[in-house]
Amino acid sequence: MLDNKFVFQKLHEKFGESIIGYEENYDIMAIYGAKDENLKILQYLYDDEELGFTFMTDLTAIHYPHNIGEELVVTYLLYNMRKNFHVRLKFALDIRKPDIFTASALHPTANWLERECYDFFGVNFVGHPNLIRIMNVDEMDYFPLRKEFPLEDQTRRDKDDDMFGRNSERFNMGKLNI
Amino acid sequence: MIYNKRPVTHNTNIKLVESPGGYEGEGFGAMQLSKIVGLARKNSIWPLPFATSCCGIEFMATMGAHYDLARFGSERLAFTPRQCDVLMVMGTIAKKMAPVLKQVYIQMAEPRWVIAVGACASSGGIFDSYSVLQGIDEVIPVDVYVPGCAPRPEQILDGILRVQELVESESIRRRSSPEYQELLKSYGIQ
Repeated sequence: MLDNKFVFQKLHEKFGESIIGYEENYDIMAIYGAKDENLKILQYLYDDEELGFTFMTDLTAIHYPHNIGEELVVTYLLYNMRKNFHVRLKFALDIRKPDIFTASALHPTANWLERECYDFFGVNFVGHPNLIRIMNVDEMDYFPLRKEFPLEDQTRRDKDDDMFGRNSERFNMGKLNI
Repeated sequence: MIYNKRPVTHNTNIKLVESPGGYEGEGFGAMQLSKIVGLARKNSIWPLPFATSCCGIEFMATMGAHYDLARFGSERLAFTPRQCDVLMVMGTIAKKMAPVLKQVYIQMAEPRWVIAVGACASSGGIFDSYSVLQGIDEVIPVDVYVPGCAPRPEQILDGILRVQELVESESIRRRSSPEYQELLKSYGIQ
C-alpha cells in the first residue's frame, strides 16, 4: 500500500534538494518541487514500479499575489489507479517569468489542461506543441483569473456599483495593491 | 351500418382576424397594401429558436400543447435562418458564442426581428463575468426584451405578441430607411 510518508521519502531520496516542501490537507499530500525538475519528478512518479502515478487527474494553477517571486503555483493532481492513491505536486513560478516545462509528452491529457492553464493564468509551458487559448475568445488580451483583474465584465452598465461591490469601499476586502 | 352515430359538433369558438378596414363591396375590396402585408406577416411569424440554456426549456413548454405558441401563427419553427422572421435568443450568450449569433442574424432575410428572452440574453443576467456577453444588444439589434430568470411561458407569449404589434404596424419602407441602415451600420452589419 502507498501512503504519504512513503511517497515523500522515495521522492526525497531520489531528488534531495529539489523537493522543497511537504504538506497534508484532507489526507492528500502536496509536494513542492523545484520548477526546473518538474518533468523529471513526473517521469519518476510515472515509471517507478512502486509509485506508478500513470494518470493525471488535473492540472491547474493558483495565483497568490502576495507571495512575491512565487506568485503562480502550478499544481498537478496525479493518480495511481491500481492502488487508488492521489498525490499533488506543486511548482511555484515567478509571475514575471512564468516558464515551466510541458508534461504533454508524458501525459497526453496535459495538452489541453496546459492550454487552459495558459488561457486563464498565462503560464508559459515550454515545449508545448500548441500553446494557444482554449476556453476564452482569441481576442482576449489578458489572463482573467489572475487576481489583479476584476472578475466582473467592465462593459456592464445596468448595475448599481455600490450594491454589487464594484468601486466600493465597503466591499474591497479582495482589493489588491499590486 | 351507421358510422356516424354521434352528432358531429364543430367548434364555433374561433376568433378570426379582423379585416384591416378599407372600402369593400361585393367581389372587391380596396385597402392599404401596407396593412394587408402587416396583417399577413403578423400572423405567420416563423421563429428561429437560438436556445443556449434554461430559458430554452421554458420555450419548449411555450411550444408545447399547453401554452401552444402555434395559436398565434408561429406554428412553424425552423433552424434555417434564411426562412425565419424572428430570432428568439434564449439563454446565456458567452463571448465566444457572440460571432455565431451575429452570423445567424446576418443570414436571416429582411424583414427580421429579434426577441431577447430572459435576463441573460437581455443584460447578461447574474453572469457579470469576463466570459459572458452582457446582453445580446451588444452584437445585434433587439426589438423586444422579455425579462425574467427564467420567464414563464406566458411571458414569452407576451413577447411574441409584442413582436406581432411591431410587425403589424411596421412601414413597408422601414428596412430601406436611412435610420435603419444607420442602425445596422452601428452594429457593423453589411
